[in-house]
Parts: sequence; structure tokens; C-alpha cells
Amino acid sequence: MMGIRAFTTAMLAAVSTAWASPAHAERLIASISRHQVMVNSSFTGTSIVLFGTVEPDTPTGRLRDAYDIVITVTGPRQALVTRRKERMLGIWVNAASRTFVNVPSYLVVLANRPFNEIGNTDTLRRLQIGLDYFQLPQQIGPDVADVVRDDPYRVNFIRLKTEHRLYGQRTNGVTFLTPTLFRAEIELPAEAPFGSYEADIKLLAAGNLLVRTTSAFEVVKVGFEQFVASAARDFGLLYGIVTVMMALATGWLASVVFRRD
Amino acid sequence: MQIYLPIADLPVNIFLILGMGLAVGFISGMFGIGGGFLMTPLLIFVGISPAVVVASVASHVAASSMSGAMAYWRRKAVDVPLALMLLAGGILGTAAGVWLFAVLRSLDQLDLTIALCYVALLTVVGGLMIAESVRAIIREQKGRPVTPRRGGAHTWIHGLPLKMRFKRSKIYVSAIPVWMIGFIIGFVGALMGIGGGFLLVPMLIYFLRVPTATVIGTSMVLTLVTMASATVMHAATNHLVDAVLALMLMVGGVIGAQFGARAGQNMRGERLRLLLGLLVFAVGLRFAYQIIVQPGDLYSVRLIGVL
Repeated sequence: MMGIRAFTTAMLAAVSTAWASPAHAERLIASISRHQVMVNSSFTGTSIVLFGTVEPDTPTGRLRDAYDIVITVTGPRQALVTRRKERMLGIWVNAASRTFVNVPSYLVVLANRPFNEIGNTDTLRRLQIGLDYFQLPQQIGPDVADVVRDDPYRVNFIRLKTEHRLYGQRTNGVTFLTPTLFRAEIELPAEAPFGSYEADIKLLAAGNLLVRTTSAFEVVKVGFEQFVASAARDFGLLYGIVTVMMALATGWLASVVFRRD
Repeated sequence: MQIYLPIADLPVNIFLILGMGLAVGFISGMFGIGGGFLMTPLLIFVGISPAVVVASVASHVAASSMSGAMAYWRRKAVDVPLALMLLAGGILGTAAGVWLFAVLRSLDQLDLTIALCYVALLTVVGGLMIAESVRAIIREQKGRPVTPRRGGAHTWIHGLPLKMRFKRSKIYVSAIPVWMIGFIIGFVGALMGIGGGFLLVPMLIYFLRVPTATVIGTSMVLTLVTMASATVMHAATNHLVDAVLALMLMVGGVIGAQFGARAGQNMRGERLRLLLGLLVFAVGLRFAYQIIVQPGDLYSVRLIGVL
């Protein structure tokens, strides 16, 4: 008896909530221009276009007046060590270091307006919106944890990655073409690591997360570069011998072509 | 035109690398050296990781010493037994250098060690070369004849056991200093990405009294074999040899060397040595500047694993 009553109450509550806000259920649909980026010898970086649209979840649903989009693109995860140089005996040497474990090799956050206008600090931290709030776990003794935002290693790690265009954030990176249709450009530098990338797309309104979706693409080495890189990694000895043969042949050819005696 | 280097993992301008190969090749042909001590710093300053540079330049030096060694071989200016004895130490030294290279790399002190080795070696050798050639030039201008080396002059080196006779070089020395010189050249070569010709030639002349007729040819054979084995060892242990980079350097290098050799023939020996000494010294100072002056960026990031 109790179970049935509880269930009925819950149902009534659910229905009444639905009635109270009939229009507020959105669907987020996104698509990217390319699912595979080929890196060959002439690769100097590229950009991928992401299109998306906000739709009512039900045919009768209505849309809100304004939406916010935050796209977080992450590349393959890596372990990276950040070192700091210090002066010892008059010369600069690598001294202290911090290890960042399981951080994205590539991290770009795009939004349609400044993060602090999209949501309050709590929301940004909870949803990891922006480089400041993205979790970058460090190995600290036996523990793995993210540190405060202004930690010098964290700040300089992000700065160095940003200089290589591997990390970044653009609060004008998402453009609304119509109130519900948006477009974003994901820039991939030449140094973009190989592997699978994920774009996490969040739809927000009035500081609340409504729905999120993901889209993925892959960066692959192709052709000659792929061949050379995998040969160097998997058949090191043979690769070395072939390189030496190439050196000897070049040297021999030069001495024959330019023979003076 | 940009080309992507598969091991260094970055795009470079193909003409820049070829041009550097040509320029260094010109200098190497002019002075009869491999040119690694110039090529390695240049590539590091361009922004390629020192570890990849050292491993890849080894094959470039192998190519330029190959063409040089063949020319000397045809002129019968190679002392084969002496080269073999030097090689016995050289291969061992190369293996030790490659091993230390891997250890220092894992400790994040490789770049600093390379810089320190450059400072120490190049300033000392460059300084000695400048002093020696300036003395020779002054002597010549005073009109005094150069005192010929006394044939039977003995040093402590000649007191060592295990003596061997090297017919083509007309010397009778202990095998121990020969092995040691080979070891040192192989070691610093693998660690610093240099062939060591600029170091080996004076060592053979001053310590072993190898005559000028065979010294360069023999030195080139040693450089060829140590650098070829350094390439193979670096490829097998550290996987850092960039064949695309190496090929561009080789092609530029061997062509440049031909023009350099012609330019070198028109210059006086002392002047040439003074010029080389100044060049070696300047590269050493450049590295000293790099580690003494506060770096523009105190922080660096290095990949330690892919997850």
C-alpha cells in the first residue's frame, strides 16, 4: 500500500513539475567537419569546424531566449613533468619538478562569451569550465590531486602549453549564427599529438547546465611519416642500420660525383 | 616550404635545414673535419630537441666522413691497423656515451650536460688552437724557420707497455694510449653529437706523433665507424634518430664540403687553423652564455608517458 502511494505521489510530482515548465527540455545536436585529421609531411596545422543546434526535446516544447555554449576539446592523455631551473654554482640547472599525471595533451575551451557571465564560480568549478577550473592532477608525494589555481607550476605548465598552442581558451570561440544554431572552430597546431580527441559540448542557460553531448575525432600520422615513426619505435636496430646505409650511400655518392683525383 | 620531421615531431623549413647543411658542409670541407660541433648547436638553437639533434647528427657526420675517408683511402693515406686499434676503444666509448646519454635523459640533465661538455671542450680546444696558430704565424713573420719535430723525441707515453708498430704511419707506440684516445673520441662523440675530428687530429699528432700524411685519413675512418655505430646504438636504445632530418643534413653537407675543400686549398695552414680555433672557441662561448645567463624561461615541460 505504502509503495503504491509513494509511487503515485512521485508520479504526480513529476507530472506537475513537467507542467510547471513545459518548454524547458532541450536537445543538443552537434557535428564536426572531419572525424580524422591526417598528418603528413606538409602538415602545418589545421582547423576543424563544429556545428551544433539546440532543439526542443518534444514537438510542443519551446525554447528559451538565450543559451550559452561551452566546448572543451581534449586530446590524448599524457604524463608530463614540469621542471624549474635554479642557479647552482653559477649555472642554471633543472632543479625542482612536478609531475602532471593523466592530463590532456591538448586542451582548448571555447565559449560564446566570458566564462564569468556564463555561470558563477561554483558552476564553473563544478563543470570544469575554462583552463582555470579544468582539473590538472599532479603527483604530490603519494597523492594525486589538483592544486590551487595560482600554483606556479600549474600556471607555468599552462603558459608553456599555451605558447605551443596546445592549450588555450577563447571566449569568442563559439558564434551563434541564429539564436539556436552555433558554430565553433577548433584549431589544431602542427604539434598536435596523435590519438583520439573528444569535444565535450555543454549547453547552459542562466548559469545552469541543461544538457551536454560529445563528439570525437582522431589525429593520425599517415604515409611516409607514419612509416618512419613506427619503424623508429618498433624496429630501432633495423632503422638505425638503414639510416647508416643511407649515410654511407650519400657519402659514397658525393665522393664519386665530385671526384677530383 | 615546410617539412614535418617524424621523430622530432615538428615542422621545419626544408631550405633552412638544407642551407645549414651546406654552410656546415662548406666549413667541414675547408678544415677537413666532420662539422658535428657546429651542426649540433645550430640545430639546437633552431628549436629541435637536443636529444634528437645529437642522435641525428651522428648519421650526418658518418656521411661526411664517408666521402672524406674514401678520398683519403684512394690516396693510400689511411693507416688501417692504427684505425682498427683506435676503433677497439672507439666502439666501447660510443657504447658508454650512448648509455650515459640515456641515463642523463631520464634524469632531465641531458641538455645541461651537453651544454657543459660543449663549453669545456670547445673553449679549451679552441683556445689551444688559437694560441698554437698565433705562435706559428708570429714565428713565420719573424722569419725564423719552424723547428722540425725531433724524430726520436720520447714522452711518458712511449714508456707504456704493449708496444705496436704501425708501418704506414712509421710509429712504434703502446696500444694503451691508442685505445684511450679511441675511447674518448667515441664517448664524447656519442654524448655531444660530434665526430670529434677537430679533437682527434691534434691528439694523434701530439700524443702519438702520427705524421700529417696519414693523420686526417685515419681520423676520418675512425669518425666514420664511431658515428655509424653511434647512429645504430642511438636508434636501438633511445629511438631518437630522425632519418628525414639526417637526410637533409647529409645532402646539404656533402655538397657544401666539396666547395669548402676547394676554398681551403687556397689558404695557408696556420691561418686555417687560427680560423678554425676562433670558430670552435666562439661556439664554446655561446654555450657558456646560455647556461650562465638567466634563461628567459625558468620552466620547461617534458613528456614522460602517453596514457
